[in-house]
Amino acid sequence: MELFTNQVLAGIATGAIYACMALAVVMIYQAIDHLNFAQGEMAMFSTFISWQLMQWGVSYWAAFLMTLAFSFVAGIAIERILFKPLAKAPVLTNVAGFIALFAIINSSAGLIWDFTIKQYPTPFGSAPFLGSQLISTHQAGMIGVTVALLLALYFFFQYTRIGLAMRAAASVPESARLVGINTSWMIALGWGMATAIGSIAGMLIAPVVFLEPNMMGGVLIYGFAAAVLGGLSSPFGAVVGGFLVGVFENLAGTYIPGVGNELKLPIALALIVSVLVVKPAGLFGRQIVKRV
Amino acid sequence: MSAAEEAIAEGHEAVEAVPKRAMTLGTGTSLVVLAALLVVPMFVKNFIIFQMTMLLIYGLAVLALNILTGGSGQFSLGQSAFYAVGAYTSAVLMEHANINYALTIPVSAVICFGFGYLFGKPALRLSGIYLALATFALATAMPQLLKLNFLEHWTGGVQGLVVTKPDAPFGLPMSQDMWLYYFTLAVTVAIYIFSVNLLRSRSGRAFMAIRDNEIAASSMGVNVALYKTLAFGVSAGITGVAGSLGAIAVQFVAPDSYTITLAISLFLGMVVGGVGWLPGSFVGAAFIIFVPNMAESISKGLSGAVFGVLLFLVIYLVPHGARQVAIFGQQLVGKLRKN
Repeated sequence: MELFTNQVLAGIATGAIYACMALAVVMIYQAIDHLNFAQGEMAMFSTFISWQLMQWGVSYWAAFLMTLAFSFVAGIAIERILFKPLAKAPVLTNVAGFIALFAIINSSAGLIWDFTIKQYPTPFGSAPFLGSQLISTHQAGMIGVTVALLLALYFFFQYTRIGLAMRAAASVPESARLVGINTSWMIALGWGMATAIGSIAGMLIAPVVFLEPNMMGGVLIYGFAAAVLGGLSSPFGAVVGGFLVGVFENLAGTYIPGVGNELKLPIALALIVSVLVVKPAGLFGRQIVKRV
Repeated sequence: MSAAEEAIAEGHEAVEAVPKRAMTLGTGTSLVVLAALLVVPMFVKNFIIFQMTMLLIYGLAVLALNILTGGSGQFSLGQSAFYAVGAYTSAVLMEHANINYALTIPVSAVICFGFGYLFGKPALRLSGIYLALATFALATAMPQLLKLNFLEHWTGGVQGLVVTKPDAPFGLPMSQDMWLYYFTLAVTVAIYIFSVNLLRSRSGRAFMAIRDNEIAASSMGVNVALYKTLAFGVSAGITGVAGSLGAIAVQFVAPDSYTITLAISLFLGMVVGGVGWLPGSFVGAAFIIFVPNMAESISKGLSGAVFGVLLFLVIYLVPHGARQVAIFGQQLVGKLRKN
């Protein structure tokens, strides 16, 4: 039993990473209706920016805020320059665009900061949390930040005019335009916010997985899986999905014989797919009603 | 974000509706292309013949994805898994059972068809992004499954298997590469003709009806479940044949040659060639084979970035892929004729 609780706790700790990433994925999905395959790379690049700032002697929180602002602007810029011209192109062409962006960012980061693994500081310290060996204060901090972020987003979307406008632009663009919402800028804003959230995720994850251009590869896959599991239309679902995927993954690694690190990912994905077969819109997503 | 909110999706289909006449080339153009493919290898070096063989093989794999996505509107990131199954079927049969390479290809086709058909069953419940994730899971699982210990006796584990390259039969005066090229070309032409006819048949029309509007198709009496799984089966079968040919051409199979990267490449090939335009598959295959090499030669350190920029250029100029170029060319010819 103790093994079980320990594994669940460890799962929740890794789940926090996925939850963070999944939240960013859902944010951008809400705004643009696509899964952004380059999201992980964008987060990685932001994290490198903050690392560079700290190397130049900026304090952690100042670097954190500057990176947040940079990411927000960069996200908007990417949308305006690269993806607005593709707004009318077919969906699959957009997906190809994300893959291109992925290649560009990954390769540039490799050239600027090279592929060696770098240490990244944590603001929360890494002592055991409440005497538990499995969760460090950093991981507890990460869970705290994720939950706070989720609450902030909830209030933003539920109680502000601009949040309402963004929701309208995402769900029924034509009607939103008719009531005077600038849907094109709402999409750009969505990109900016998603990139900023992604950068927070990146900065929180980096102390755990270490900083290098490929650090997001695995995390993004789990992040997607978590977002899809929770339902792509629900930020709350994404966070729950993240924790579930973390726990799934750990329990499968412990209890199913013959599952090493190699098979963890396929097993976690297989579980998610089986959940989806039963609930095709994810655990908390809303069913899309189709008009014939 | 409240539960009461209702989303209504109106007519925004993920995959464009391409009419079936626009899916192929005219007979004249096809014959010219075929003649070029027959003649060119006689005048070039073995390495270029090898690259042309790979182009046909990847072309087949992209074509298979095109039937699935462009034809029936289902998205797949799992093509690398079918490709791997085909490649391993051939390699295992050739190396362990000493079966002639040509005979392993229909076996791969049948095995992969079955695999794809069975995979299509649970995938029926999923569409769009969710289907993408499920197929993606398949693609990430495949290399790990091939490495499993109890399969190692057959698959060679992480090391993979070495495949013997076949000689030209009947004492034909040809190099191994050239023979393999003509062999691949024959298989490719056969499958291409099969695919064109498939899309023109009753089944093809059913695929397209499902792609354009699933609900309308089912109310017209199309058996949606049957045709969707059938599309998966056919696509997997063709990909399996491509995998077999690929294994014979490269003379080597290993789990890490068939990762998700391969599936993503095939997807890019389809987009660049034009979704739903079968001849474009080969243009797309050329893109995914040659452009990464080109990018590498422009800048070693930034090859990924150069590739990304080139890809962006292509999708900006022709968001509908090579099909758009073909349509443009056709209109130009039409105008010139009038004048």
